[in-house]
Amino acid sequence: MLEVDSITTRYGAITALHDASLEVHQGELVALVGPNGAGKTTLLNTVAGLLRPATGSVRFDGNDITGSDPARLVRAGLALVPEHRRIFKDLTVEENLRLGGSTASPGDRRARLDEAAELFPVLRSKWTTSAGFLSGGEAQQLAVARALMSNPRLLLLDEPTLGLAPTMVDVVFDLLQRLREQGRTLLVVEQNATRALGLADRGYLLRTGRIIATGTGAELAADTSLFESFIGGEA
Amino acid sequence: MTKLIQTIVDGLGVGSTYALLALGISLIFGVMHLVNFAHGELITVGAYTSYFFFLHGGSWWWMPLVIIGSAVLASVATELIAFRWVRNSSPFTLLLTSFALERLSHAVWQIAVSPKQRAFPKPAWVFNQFKIASVSFEVMDVVTIAVTALTLALTAVVFKRTLFGISVRGAAEDFDAARLMGVRANRVISGAFAFAGFLAGVAATLILMRSPAAEPSMGSDWLLKAVIAAVIGGLGSFSGAVVGGLVLGLLETLTRAYLPEVAVGWDKYSTAIVFVLIAIFFVVRPDGIFKVSHAERV
Repeated sequence: MLEVDSITTRYGAITALHDASLEVHQGELVALVGPNGAGKTTLLNTVAGLLRPATGSVRFDGNDITGSDPARLVRAGLALVPEHRRIFKDLTVEENLRLGGSTASPGDRRARLDEAAELFPVLRSKWTTSAGFLSGGEAQQLAVARALMSNPRLLLLDEPTLGLAPTMVDVVFDLLQRLREQGRTLLVVEQNATRALGLADRGYLLRTGRIIATGTGAELAADTSLFESFIGGEA
Repeated sequence: MTKLIQTIVDGLGVGSTYALLALGISLIFGVMHLVNFAHGELITVGAYTSYFFFLHGGSWWWMPLVIIGSAVLASVATELIAFRWVRNSSPFTLLLTSFALERLSHAVWQIAVSPKQRAFPKPAWVFNQFKIASVSFEVMDVVTIAVTALTLALTAVVFKRTLFGISVRGAAEDFDAARLMGVRANRVISGAFAFAGFLAGVAATLILMRSPAAEPSMGSDWLLKAVIAAVIGGLGSFSGAVVGGLVLGLLETLTRAYLPEVAVGWDKYSTAIVFVLIAIFFVVRPDGIFKVSHAERV
């Protein structure tokens, strides 16, 4: 479904990603783990079209989407829950969700708003509240719900549990599990590596801009030596 | 008391024109982080367009549509022709582009028409007055306030209810996040310029009804006031722009009406005194009345 072929992405003179390749197949949950500054966010942002790679290509459903406008990719069925969530704090919960569904027809948008209200009871109770007043966990749920409004076939999530209380981390992992059961394809960047790999079908380990290991989630999680040297238990 | 009421109505009349212009400036600042110094030229475009139509048998019955239409077209055109190409450059480049457009507009009207003022007829009722109790009101003041109130109500509906309005607000807060939602950058920016043009067109109509004349540099005075109003309100804040416009209008008329005329004729200095008050205000509250947190990067 998604093929990232040896991409290199630079910020000015700094190369954040060297020759990185990965694949995500239909229906998989793939975890991308690695220490801070490894280039995980850069990789997701490059796939989602926020950054343009210097070399290499990104293909989605067999089409070359390298450096495409994010607005086009959403229409093609690819959505990103960005780092730090980036919900619209000045907009209400409902407005955030409507904007998330901006590519849908008015009828679909209404139907998905109802679904979101059902799937996220926390949000329903704050429907007309400014998103700036939400707690971290609520804001994270809103970020995911907002991305789901475009009904993506491939959902990229960047650090969905960062800064959340332990109980909220459970909620988010449950949500990932549920999304997978719905048949969505997921590529997740997680600081909580052990747990993400436990849930994932496959994983990639990224360090200083290079992919240094890949395998099933269980294989990577079992490879504790890799973890201790590169992640140090917990990032 | 009578004088006070009349002054306040006057002030709200002038202030609402500022408010409409300031709102357009705030809107463009929201999506582009540009203080558009060419915004006042939309009034000039409206003025020359109506001058042209009055030469060929124009009437105030349909002139407002012509003025608003020309301002919308001109606004969208400046974005398409000038701003789109420098959109990702530094804010300074954008600012210079807007100054260049302003100067270019002055020069074009001077060469193409005349450096001199060109007058055209005003609506017959404009300076009519009516009385409630012993207070007399100008019809035009009431029309100005009513039209502005309607326009602002319409603006509120557009920005609260429509997907376009929500996209503009979202893009103003975090443009990349809005793109991730599927918002097309070109479309939302074009739309914002069109809406700012509409607001400037309404303002131009109100201005031209009162003083029906076209002059090459007429837009610049209004622009300066509008920018000040937008900054008083807090750049990027829509409600701030409206409040800023009204405050500025009231300040101007109140100082003009109540400064002691004794000896040196202080009322002549009302503009200077308003500017001093504004300077003091910015020392106390540099971010304006409504601080917009995501506007910091400019």
